[in-house]
Amino acid sequence: MIDAIGRPQSLLVLGGSSEIAQAVVDGLVPARCRTVLLAGRPGPRLDAAAERARAAGAAVVETVPYDTTDVADHAKLVDELFDRYGDIDLVLAAAGALGTQAVLERDPGAAADLVTTNFTGLVSSLLAVAGRMRQQGHGRIVVLSSVAGIRTRKANFVYGSTKAGLDAFAQGLGDALVGTGVGVTVVRPGFVHGRMTEGMEPAPFATTPEAVAAAVVRGIETGAEVVWVPPVLRWVFAALRVLPRPLWRHLPG
Amino acid sequence: MSAPAAPRSRRALLTGWGRTAPTAARVVHAVHPDVVDAAVAAAVAGGAPGRGLVARGLGRSYGDAAQNAGGTVLDGTWLDAVHAADLERGIVTVGGGISLQTLMERFVPLGWFVPVTPGTRLVTVGGAIAADIHGKNHHVDGSFCSHVLAVTLVTPTGTRTVTPGDDPALFWATAGGMGLTGVVTEATLQMLPVETSWMLVDTERADDLDDAMGRMHSGDAAYRYSVAWIDCQSTGSRLGRSVLTRGDHARLGDLPVRLRSDPDRARSFVPRTLARVPLTPPGGLLNPLTVAAFNEFWFRKAPRHQVGRPHHMTGFFHPLDGVAEWNRLYGSRGFLQYQFVVGDAHGETVRRVIERLTEVRLASFLAVLKRFGPGDPGPLSFPMPGWTLALDLPVGHPGLDRLLDELDRQVVEAGGRVYLAKDSRLAPDTFRAMYPRVDEFLEERRRVDPAGVLRSDLGRRLGLCPTGPTDRPAGPGRKGRPARKGRPGRTAKEAASAAPARPAAATKAAAPTKATKAAATPAASRPASKKATAAPAPRATHDPDRTEP
Ligand SMILES: Cc1cc2nc3c(=O)[nH]c(=O)nc-3n(C[C@H](O)[C@H](O)[C@H](O)COP(=O)(O)OP(=O)(O)OC[C@H]3O[C@@H](n4cnc5c(N)ncnc54)[C@H](O)[C@@H]3O)c2cc1C
Ligand SMILES: NC(=O)c1ccc[n+]([C@@H]2O[C@H](COP(=O)([O-])OP(=O)(O)OC[C@H]3O[C@@H](n4cnc5c(N)ncnc54)[C@H](OP(=O)(O)O)[C@@H]3O)[C@@H](O)[C@H]2O)c1
Repeated sequence: MIDAIGRPQSLLVLGGSSEIAQAVVDGLVPARCRTVLLAGRPGPRLDAAAERARAAGAAVVETVPYDTTDVADHAKLVDELFDRYGDIDLVLAAAGALGTQAVLERDPGAAADLVTTNFTGLVSSLLAVAGRMRQQGHGRIVVLSSVAGIRTRKANFVYGSTKAGLDAFAQGLGDALVGTGVGVTVVRPGFVHGRMTEGMEPAPFATTPEAVAAAVVRGIETGAEVVWVPPVLRWVFAALRVLPRPLWRHLPG
Repeated sequence: MSAPAAPRSRRALLTGWGRTAPTAARVVHAVHPDVVDAAVAAAVAGGAPGRGLVARGLGRSYGDAAQNAGGTVLDGTWLDAVHAADLERGIVTVGGGISLQTLMERFVPLGWFVPVTPGTRLVTVGGAIAADIHGKNHHVDGSFCSHVLAVTLVTPTGTRTVTPGDDPALFWATAGGMGLTGVVTEATLQMLPVETSWMLVDTERADDLDDAMGRMHSGDAAYRYSVAWIDCQSTGSRLGRSVLTRGDHARLGDLPVRLRSDPDRARSFVPRTLARVPLTPPGGLLNPLTVAAFNEFWFRKAPRHQVGRPHHMTGFFHPLDGVAEWNRLYGSRGFLQYQFVVGDAHGETVRRVIERLTEVRLASFLAVLKRFGPGDPGPLSFPMPGWTLALDLPVGHPGLDRLLDELDRQVVEAGGRVYLAKDSRLAPDTFRAMYPRVDEFLEERRRVDPAGVLRSDLGRRLGLCPTGPTDRPAGPGRKGRPARKGRPGRTAKEAASAAPARPAAATKAAAPTKATKAAATPAASRPASKKATAAPAPRATHDPDRTEP
């Protein structure tokens, strides 16, 4: 159960090896989240994330093979997890890939795959999750969107549009779930230092996985519908969103 | 008979009085005990929604005790009849959903008061039993269930009348058992004789905590009712300055002539709602500034020392009931109450807790200190001899979570515990440390509810009941996995006769017989383990339902 102060006792991460997700786990486990289920692509990164969750003190840590592109399997997988572990208080959707824009533009198939990875596969997963949470009458779904989806830029518009889709989906899901005891929190980080952005020039207001995690934990506590990290991006994007397109096109980056 | 049909229900989001952690459930209006039977039968049969059932009274517990996410919540407030009243002896038999307010309205004019009343009269008898509530008279009269002569309990293994004499184990597991042993549809209570609806009250101010505790320690025995309101914001030499109000029921002859000459008026009990909080101010109105102003006002308003002043019962016992829905004042994130008890030898813990609150500048609007007398035999019953402090705290103060975890540790160290009727945030392992007799409770629960159908959010949070659908194997030890070490799985029969180590249980010959009979009911042999195959290969072997640290 999520308690009065907003602390969940069990967590399922979709994209268990994500750096941001690992920082979230670090934040939740000491606050008595004892069950951590890490769904992701099997491999050393996922195992290392499980090790880290155990080191943080989680009593039950499991890794579960999961690929966002295996769309047909998601409903069954989600059912099995809820059946086996009982209530899952919190589901964090962290799986995502940035892709390389130039490559994606040359290879439409790869671009379509990215859409599946970042969007389609999460739609199928999260609808299954929402169904089970609706039945259990409580829970929270946290979706890692991105400011890249608020207004797509020519430099990464494939990625940006997957996030725009995911963001819109998550908001709609949140509205659909009002009154069911289940809440949805959409998280919109800016540039986050880490594996995904390695070697890239940091954007203004760059942040860290730890800062994103802290904002996520706080968003769970308050039941926030939207979380911007850092918070100032909310205002930055309020302005950027209405910037005339000729100007927007010529912004650097 | 065909499979029982679930009674009609409506879907609702529920919270406790603190307005935190809402969850959705199917609410069934228990307009008659038959509906309770039907709902419990349907829950046992495992039909939709398949997440068990719990009773709810007037929702005055602060946290998640009367919630059952995704399952059924039985609204028991419809069971509000008076079935029998022996006005000679003050013994009444009433529906489990009758409110203490209704009891007072009906019986105070006839010369009988409830044996125990909490700080609000808007609680049901069922809720009072499930929390084994205490009042300002605990040091003299004990808690509510000490005055309960019998309950009719609808359990998943049948409806039974339970008395402390013939089934002490089940009776006392129900006392404080937070609805997890069954639904109380009827209860027989011993009421308290009173001549009037007035109280004679002594009020005094204490300049600091030592002063207050000293006066309570030495003086409380002389009063049936005693409570101290504490100003949790003053610091330094005024830390814990308090207003003590202590008193007893007024006899007719104690009252001023205008009342004495009109006995009907002297016994009248007409509760009124003076105001209502119309909406929830998002950020709440109770912040350190307003609370400080209130505390200053309250302290100064109280007379330095006043003796034998008549107060009507309503004002003396339930000052907050005059304002309907005052819980909205805390804003949209709600609030919680932290109430703990520590033994007499640990009065220092009370001081440290108040000190910590002032250090972090956490404003408690209501802080109430009381002394408890001996507890009753309930394994989950809260009271034990010593001091109990209750603090209303807004949710949203950064660091509240860690602060309360820290206070939990101090309470555990002092051998104390936190009150489940107020709790909304305890961790399972801390709960176990505070209630070391929880296994006795669970044993009794397994006896009447082997499939683990009685469930609440509080039960899930604290590890008292399983999570997940009810057609799964239920409860510790019945997961179709190897029994955990240290607690070998026993048969229900063994469990029932391995009696709670209480004199009452041991001497009563009737108890084991009944227990064995109950344990042999078919529910014990419900499909135990269809699970444990499907899920994706786990890497660890932990049992997710374990509640040990
Ligand atoms: C302002 C205020 C002051 C309070 N002061 C005190 C105090 O001084 N002392 C004290 O002890 N408590 C106090 N309380 C707490 C209150 O007395 C308890 O929480 C009580 O249980 C509330 O009763 P309810 O009918 O509202 O029950 P609910 O809150 O609806 O339910 C509480 C528990 O009782 C169970 N339950 C309810 N009805 C039944 C039934 N028919 N059969 C079986 N189980 C049932 C529920 O499952 C749940 O576990 C106070 C609460 C408030 C809001
Ligand atoms: N980093 C940023 O600047 C930034 C900014 C805004 C939003 N975000 C979003 O935040 C989320 C987490 O990112 P991060 O910073 O933590 O980066 P990260 O460490 O690279 O995490 C991405 C995660 O997605 C997983 N993943 C990728 N493709 C998958 C697939 N097909 N199936 C299952 N899992 C897959 C990865 O698993 P593998 O280990 O198997 O690759 C990894 O766990 C992402 O959704 C990202 O879009 C990131």
